[in-house]
Amino acid sequence: MVQAKSGLINAMGLPNPGIDVYAEEIKFSKTVLRIPLIVSVFGYSADEYATVAKKAVDAGADAVELNVSCPHVKQTGAEIGQSPKLLSEVVQKVKAAVNKPLIVKLSPNVADITVIAQAAVEAGADALTAVNTLKAMAIDVETGRPILSNIKGGLSGPAIKPIALRCVYDIHEEFDVPIIGCGGITDWRDAVEFFLAGASAVQVGTAIALEDTEVFQAITKGVEVYMRKKHYRSVKEIVGLAHRS
Amino acid sequence: MSASLIAANTLRTTEIVQVKTESPTVKTFIMPDRLCSKVKPGQFLMLWIPGVDEIPLSIMDASNGLVAVSVKQVGDATRHLHGLKAGETVGIRGPFGNSFTESRGRVLLLGGGTGTAPLLFLAKQLSAKTERLSFVEGAKTKDELLFIRELNGICNEKSLITTTEDGTYGLQCLVTEPLSSLLDREKFDMIYTCGPEVMVKKIFELTEQRKLPLEASLERLMRCGIGLCGSCVIGKYRVCRDGPVFTAAQLREVKDELGISKMGFDGSRIPI
Repeated sequence: MVQAKSGLINAMGLPNPGIDVYAEEIKFSKTVLRIPLIVSVFGYSADEYATVAKKAVDAGADAVELNVSCPHVKQTGAEIGQSPKLLSEVVQKVKAAVNKPLIVKLSPNVADITVIAQAAVEAGADALTAVNTLKAMAIDVETGRPILSNIKGGLSGPAIKPIALRCVYDIHEEFDVPIIGCGGITDWRDAVEFFLAGASAVQVGTAIALEDTEVFQAITKGVEVYMRKKHYRSVKEIVGLAHRS
Repeated sequence: MSASLIAANTLRTTEIVQVKTESPTVKTFIMPDRLCSKVKPGQFLMLWIPGVDEIPLSIMDASNGLVAVSVKQVGDATRHLHGLKAGETVGIRGPFGNSFTESRGRVLLLGGGTGTAPLLFLAKQLSAKTERLSFVEGAKTKDELLFIRELNGICNEKSLITTTEDGTYGLQCLVTEPLSSLLDREKFDMIYTCGPEVMVKKIFELTEQRKLPLEASLERLMRCGIGLCGSCVIGKYRVCRDGPVFTAAQLREVKDELGISKMGFDGSRIPI
């Protein structure tokens, strides 16, 4: 983990004990949660994605999000998220295996994110998340060495917010698919910006390190106050509003 | 932690100014670092060993612009670190985590292995303020008993109890053994502990039976150090962010895991 000037670069990989162990956690979570549970899944092949997704849904997941965009796991994630053909195959296989909403988390590490978005939507994705981390690195000048033992990692946090926002805007411009905005959202203003760009929901990760878990309540409260002040009854009313001509 | 702090305590490199051999397996490294020289006992830092890895270490001492960590050689990263000498470069991120609360009156500190390091730091700060300070330190064998000279300077003969598993120094028993009678014999206003989790669990059970206040510093696998990755979770707490120091009330909430299981490198639960 590198604490960059306005974000974090992580090379966690995707440490996990496997879906069979994780299924127990999903089952337990469903007994205590009163909100929907979305499970993030990844695999090394289309079949593996489908197997893992099905087990997650069988354990109680209300939806699955395909992580096809983790930039620091070799031979998975990013490669699939960068290839319309590979992505299409994965989405179709998972879609056939599960009967719950299927979300695809897109990588920003592509020339044109709408090309990948189109492949996901045409293959049957019910929603898209934009975006995962940007490929990044940091070098210590004293020793001249990359700080991460993995050399490269994924940049998250405020540094990538304007890029993530542009990605959401671009996707909303071309497709009707629901979008979950993700990338550097730290306060309610950031969240509202993503709604205006076309997101129907947002994800928050790095801000937990900045503001701790209270950040979730702070954002939802702030959004509510904004809505009241502007006389909107639902977030739905402002989704994509920045696109009006 | 505020956004400004996370920006402020990013990785910076510093030069090791001194390496002390504490035991056949433990060395102390002293480095200049402005932020970490102002910490309170219990806090930790992430130490970057260039080209190798980054590891969490509790702070053993901090003053006059310097910070010290005592490190046991247990794996690849610590083996590389043990090979470093004064003048070589390491990186520091932090400080992170909460600290022991300062207690007056009569206090008891129980340290096992390198868990003695943050308690030595605490004892130095408390000794002038408390009515009475007692210290129990345990190790496998005499060679591994850490900081005996320093502790002798803080405690007197009566208030420092040492135990070794093989009986080569002090009492031949586990550090928890003299505790029952000590707790029954004397009154303590606060008990602090740090060491192997099985030891912490045993101490927690003994203090719970007597309804005594306890603060324990826990150790878990840590990757990010800033509350994000979940590697160090115990029950509903993240050791890096909500700890590493936990109160008896908090330990009660995690007693199904304390000294029993922890998360391994792949996130699966492994027995302790």
